[in-house]
Amino acid sequence: MAHLLNTSFIPSSPSLRRNSIPSSSSLRTPRKPQIQAKIREIFMPALSSTMTEGKIVSWVRSEGDKLSKGESVVVVESDKADMDVETFYDGYLAAIMVEEGGVAAVGSAIALLAETEDEIVEAKSKASNLSSPSSPPATLEKTVEVAAADTVPSPPPAVKATVAASSVHPASEGGKRIVASPYAKKLAKDLKVDLSGVVGSGSMGRIVAKDVEAAAAAGSAAVSITAAEAPKPSGAKVAAIPGIELGMVVPFTTMQGAVSRNMVESLAVPTFRVGYTITTDALDTLYKKIKSKGVTMSALLAKAAALALVKHPVMNSSCRDGKSFTYNSSINIAVAVAIDGGLITPVLQDADKVDIYSLSRKWKELVDKARAKQLQPHEYSTGTFTLSNLGMFGVDRFDAILPPGTGAIMAVGASQPTVVATKDGRIGMKSQMQVNVTADHRVIYGADLASFLQTLAKIIEDPKDLTL
Amino acid sequence: MQSSISLSLSSPSITRSDRTVVDAFAANNSLTPRSLRFCGLRREVLGFKSVSSTQLVASSKRRQLNKVLASLSGNGTPTKGFDYDLVIIGAGVGGHGAALHAVEKGLKTAIIEGDVVGGTCVNRGCVPSKALLAASGRMRELQNEHHMKAFGLQVAAAAYDRQGVADHANNLASKIRSNLTNSLKALGVDILTGVGTILGPQKVKYGKVGFDESVITTKDVIIATGSVPSVPKGIEVDGKTVITSDHALKLEFVPDWIAIVGSGYIGLEFSDVYTALGSEVTFVEALDQLMPGFDPEIGKLAQRVLINPRKIDYHTSVFASKITPAKDGKPVLIELIDAKTKEPKGTLEVDAALIATGRAPFTKGLGLENINVETQRGFVPVDERMHVIDANGKLVPHLYCIGDANGKMMLAHAASAQGISVVEQVCGKDHVLNHLSIPAACFTHPEISMVGLTEPQAREKAEKEGFDVSVAKTSFKANTKALAENEGEGIAKLIYRPDNGEILGVHIFGLHAADLIHEASNAIAMGTSIQDIKFAVHAHPTLSEVLDELFKAAKFKVNNSSPVAEPVAV
Repeated sequence: MAHLLNTSFIPSSPSLRRNSIPSSSSLRTPRKPQIQAKIREIFMPALSSTMTEGKIVSWVRSEGDKLSKGESVVVVESDKADMDVETFYDGYLAAIMVEEGGVAAVGSAIALLAETEDEIVEAKSKASNLSSPSSPPATLEKTVEVAAADTVPSPPPAVKATVAASSVHPASEGGKRIVASPYAKKLAKDLKVDLSGVVGSGSMGRIVAKDVEAAAAAGSAAVSITAAEAPKPSGAKVAAIPGIELGMVVPFTTMQGAVSRNMVESLAVPTFRVGYTITTDALDTLYKKIKSKGVTMSALLAKAAALALVKHPVMNSSCRDGKSFTYNSSINIAVAVAIDGGLITPVLQDADKVDIYSLSRKWKELVDKARAKQLQPHEYSTGTFTLSNLGMFGVDRFDAILPPGTGAIMAVGASQPTVVATKDGRIGMKSQMQVNVTADHRVIYGADLASFLQTLAKIIEDPKDLTL
Repeated sequence: MQSSISLSLSSPSITRSDRTVVDAFAANNSLTPRSLRFCGLRREVLGFKSVSSTQLVASSKRRQLNKVLASLSGNGTPTKGFDYDLVIIGAGVGGHGAALHAVEKGLKTAIIEGDVVGGTCVNRGCVPSKALLAASGRMRELQNEHHMKAFGLQVAAAAYDRQGVADHANNLASKIRSNLTNSLKALGVDILTGVGTILGPQKVKYGKVGFDESVITTKDVIIATGSVPSVPKGIEVDGKTVITSDHALKLEFVPDWIAIVGSGYIGLEFSDVYTALGSEVTFVEALDQLMPGFDPEIGKLAQRVLINPRKIDYHTSVFASKITPAKDGKPVLIELIDAKTKEPKGTLEVDAALIATGRAPFTKGLGLENINVETQRGFVPVDERMHVIDANGKLVPHLYCIGDANGKMMLAHAASAQGISVVEQVCGKDHVLNHLSIPAACFTHPEISMVGLTEPQAREKAEKEGFDVSVAKTSFKANTKALAENEGEGIAKLIYRPDNGEILGVHIFGLHAADLIHEASNAIAMGTSIQDIKFAVHAHPTLSEVLDELFKAAKFKVNNSSPVAEPVAV
């Protein structure tokens, strides 16, 4: 049996790797080598009938080693046991594509075998073009580095610096040493969180699991408003910030990595946008009146959106699997907040039910927590509808990218005095703002969105309901 | 059959490998008595049928009824000129086992105990730890939502009461202790209270400190004083934040983060308890891999199940050179140094540290100098018959040492078996205990158990002696009962001689492994070959079929010219 299982070195068809083999045929027979293919791919073998993926326990040989037929090359961990995997061909181990600890699907390439020494370089370049379907962390990092090199230098991870300095662990030697609990370390590895950028909330300031979870969630939450942040004149800002060398290649921080992944993921959702201009005179008047009571514009807008959502439940729904959608039971308005080096979306839960004063107090509390990086997961990850406001920068209109798992996000521009013609034929000055909603067209259609905006406009233009 | 695969107990080769086992254990410093097998309850229930001891000592003759009656009527009459036939110093599991067997053999027996009856196993070892593991094992199961869901069960948030769990452990220890004491009293064994000291040949004194001491004469003496947790220098044990197993078993607090120094049996079991109760654990291991002393393959799998998915991290190849208890609001500080280069390897700050680096023999105050015996690293040197050896390499007449104090195999049931072996000898029947047939178990979830040699040990022995070694494996994944329990994780591994079917070692990792090992250990003790045992019938569906399959998976050489490939379990 052993010899059948060790069919790791399946010669590649010259074009591409095969993704998988039918799982029913565990004992697949080795494919016949193609004589012209001199660089062969080493595949993750199926070591048992139930194995769908395998983990590389260790590479017995390293890149550049000469191998002869029958030699053990790699130890693979299946769902049942560790097994040595042998080569069926002589050659050189040219490139290892899945590092130790990495996981690869059965049948996917884990390394390249060159027939001669000269072909090692060629194989290596081939390896960098192919990436295994579920690469280990190490490979991922490399990919990120490559990507970073091609793009405009991004500002250094500001979070990291700020946070490390604020670490209070007595034994952490001013942030030089990271004190994290075993589980926190494990989670950080899994979630790809850089511990040097995490503030510990555990005993003596040590980093515990929930800190890592918070940091990871902050990373993904950031994604939702990236679109909102995009219009920032980042290029100019970069040049102005001291300590940034132009031309420098900066690897992604965990947060940036998460943003990058989620941005790409968001492309899988078919979105569309509908804009609306809303007159805000009445809202501004109301705001002036109750500002002294601690009410903020963010809370007012969140409240207005929540009241409109009550009448349009489909706008508060979410579609996750592409086959069904959920009418969310509560209206939780996530509001984007820029924090040092990133973004987070504190959530005003049940914004339709909570009165405006409580909502404003809650908002202030959430913002304070967000700045101190102490938001709990339920305080930033439970939003059902997102608000992003760039009005304070003078932005009059923009559009936002839909955060995965929600139905719609509303981008709010600045309210500006505008000359308008009224229905009675007069011309007057009114304050107006533009809002632009991005929605998931799988569940929310044009008419839904339009009527939601109409309702929202009515609420904002006659805001008496907001203070009820 | 028996003759063809004779275990030749006294052959030097076996003795050598025996030493290897002991050394491996000693190096890993983490053995502790782990079984209840000979603890009082069961023996008491069994009365004097003594089935297990008969098997163990492989007695060829049925005991005569009149002897049983004699022992029932009480402690025998001493040999002329002596107060006792046998005096046992230490009433742990080893001493207890020896005393019961001695009474059965008609010897007038006394047992000297300076502390509480039951010794480490019952009071500070296997017994209370099993109670903690039972509670924490259930906790772990109830918390495993995925596991429960697979059964179709819904459990609301599981929680535990620390004091309740601690009380369970304490109550169990008291109960077993009283069972043990009662069984000795019922037999009429004299329990003498105080510290026992050997004054000279066949002369022992005992007494509590500050009280009058009594001197007694006896025909034979067994030292069974056991062991205490060993604490390497540089480590300050305060009993609160820096603790040994003695303190940990009281479960006075469950720290958020505990460092466990040593990843042998004790460390591993406590990591199971603490992680189930919500602690995070950091192992500090001096050797280059966790779980030294286990078969490497079993260790690797165990690490994948017991360490990696849990809230545990580890540092290997490091010593904890200094450990300072928590005080003045500072955490427990552990300074690590490289095990080889002695270079500093950083500091750990944790809420508590458990020192599980092994156990040191407790032989102080025994008066060994009175009979010219020098301990070796604290252990009393003995020969293969547990006969004590003096500084000149000569046997000390009438003096034996069993259990942790001789360091041969630091397990409760090994001590008891050694005690029974000694009693056989003092009754005039030569007996050598085959340590390779003594099973060991680690009661994690799932459990680990083993008997005989590990694969590397077997291969080393095979090379020296010129025979072939084969390995067969079976998986719990293929066992109906294990799958019904949703506990398919685990393997059983058989190391054997393909030429004659001799079992060299069996290692099990999986559900109830500790209970499953005995089929294999009995086969080794009885000299049963795989060819014979494979015809034994196992009830279906039971976990025992894992071993059934294992024996059936073994392949034998028809003749020496056809090599047998190692079967691969899939």
